[in-house]
Amino acid sequence: MSIRVDHLYKRFGDFVAVDDVSLEVESGELVAFLGPSGSGKSSILRIIAGLERADSGSVFFAGQAADHLHARARGVGFVFQHYALFRHMTVAQNIAFGLRVQGKSRADQGLRVHELLDLMGLAGLGERYPRQLSGGQRQRVALARALAPQPQVLLLDEPFGAVDARVREELRHWLRRLHDEVHVTSIFVTHDQEEAFSVADKVIVINRGRVEQAASPADILDHPATEFVARFIGDANVYEGKALGGVVPIGRLEIPAAGVTDGTEVSAVLRFYDLKFWKEDQGIARVVRTMTLGDRVKVEAVIDDGPVIYSQFPRRSSLLAGIEPGCRIHIEVTLARLYPKDAGILVSTTPPPA
Amino acid sequence: MDRVSDALNPGTGGRVVRGAVLAYIGLLVLLPLVALLQRGLAGGMDALWQAISAPGARHALTLTLWSAAVMTLINALMGTAAAWVLVRYRFPGRTFLSTLVDLPFAIPTLVTGVMLVLLYGPRGLMGDWLATSGLKIAFAPPGILLALLFVTLPFVVRAVEPVLLEQDPAEEEAARTLGADAFTVFLRVLLPPLLPAILSGSVRSFARALGEFGSIVVVSGNIPYKTLTAPIYLFGEIEAGDPQAAAAVSLVLLLFAVALTYAGRALERWAGVDA
Repeated sequence: MSIRVDHLYKRFGDFVAVDDVSLEVESGELVAFLGPSGSGKSSILRIIAGLERADSGSVFFAGQAADHLHARARGVGFVFQHYALFRHMTVAQNIAFGLRVQGKSRADQGLRVHELLDLMGLAGLGERYPRQLSGGQRQRVALARALAPQPQVLLLDEPFGAVDARVREELRHWLRRLHDEVHVTSIFVTHDQEEAFSVADKVIVINRGRVEQAASPADILDHPATEFVARFIGDANVYEGKALGGVVPIGRLEIPAAGVTDGTEVSAVLRFYDLKFWKEDQGIARVVRTMTLGDRVKVEAVIDDGPVIYSQFPRRSSLLAGIEPGCRIHIEVTLARLYPKDAGILVSTTPPPA
Repeated sequence: MDRVSDALNPGTGGRVVRGAVLAYIGLLVLLPLVALLQRGLAGGMDALWQAISAPGARHALTLTLWSAAVMTLINALMGTAAAWVLVRYRFPGRTFLSTLVDLPFAIPTLVTGVMLVLLYGPRGLMGDWLATSGLKIAFAPPGILLALLFVTLPFVVRAVEPVLLEQDPAEEEAARTLGADAFTVFLRVLLPPLLPAILSGSVRSFARALGEFGSIVVVSGNIPYKTLTAPIYLFGEIEAGDPQAAAAVSLVLLLFAVALTYAGRALERWAGVDA
């Protein structure tokens, strides 16, 4: 079932949580709401579920306005960060709750519970109580409980936030696999970009109650629409400067800015991996230190008359040859993204110079 | 158990201290109990039964039991509601309300009785109004009920509060998204985890009410066959030099109290397991 959200607005006291948000999720899609905490992404999800009421704006399911529908009538499965399992019920009773409320027969409940226990890799745990399960198992029970009444829409609020890193990784695969099997329209909220990019078909980046960009993971990485997205996604250096003669000078580093009017104030976002450092005694910067991060090496340097700049290379990259603390380097910017101060919208990505 | 006592047992000195404590508590608690049993059962079961079924005694016991029962019902309901309000809402005066809930334990029970008489008594603040409306509170069963409600107020509230604090409001939201209406959410999701705590708080208030003396002796008027409760009847019999009758009624109260204490413990264990 497709979901459309139209000019949603919600405030809590003086705090505007959702500020004129419109977005669309197509039937069968798996979408991530990605943003920092407090960005309003959970509020949007809760409004879609009917757990929160918007001050204005509308939610449509399959083109039908759902604003007047109580949460219990929306046919939405919801998974909470801290599981929210019923503590006094067994795993099987938890999963059967939605069916029991609907008045399904005991036999039907039992069949569906068994099916879901198998699907979730929880076979044999039906008689356990939630407190007897690990975090990962609890979240799978919560997922099974939400799916039991065969909802048209599945909403997950930071579903993997409360489990440790390894289990989180495992649950992500679960969610992706589950979605490929069940094809229920799904939205999950996360502040973890790796999670959003590895699981979702489409990522909607949300900041300060507004949608910054809605696109495929690849598009968001390659074409960040706003300064916020460019800063938030991936590791990047961000500088404020003024265009002058086709470049933005930051200390002795000249960031290419062909076509930008002289005097325009811009934020320049330089991804770590869009920079090349190589050793050169007449260079424009000095290496301060190098840090080994698993299979990559992060290099920190100081631009002459300017700020610190970082880059990252594969450990065995030839570019690293001779780079050590204290040495001088030249910096090549293969790709820069410029966002004029007043607009905040991308005007120029600079292709690598020929 | 063994490991703990081994670790803490320093040998002979330890044995002496242990023996002394045992003797002290034995003398303090066990001996009076023996005395009560001895005196209560001295005349055999028939005499015991006669003492209990003497009209004055029977009436006092019945009054005590039913007033405690009515109080407990009200307490279970209102105590749970109070805990709910204290945990789930943030409002000006919330801390003050919480302090008020604990106050009855701090006030000497006789003072409680005096306060109630000053409010509801014939020359009390509300005395005139009560007289014209024909309602009788002080020196009548409603006074007993109010006194009991006052002195037992904290039991249910403080038993339910921690369980409510632990409860994630998301459980109710989960139930709603699964199609449950408000009544179902209350009955199937909210109430079951609270039930053991409500019951254990109720049992404690009931047990406390059985022995309540100070507030009632002031507010009830102690009219035999009308407002004389069991503890005050006991007191009267001792004063009148009939320890036999006092012992019999005491045994009945003791039996209820011990049974309730164990029931309460069992409920708490159940609550602990489910929490």
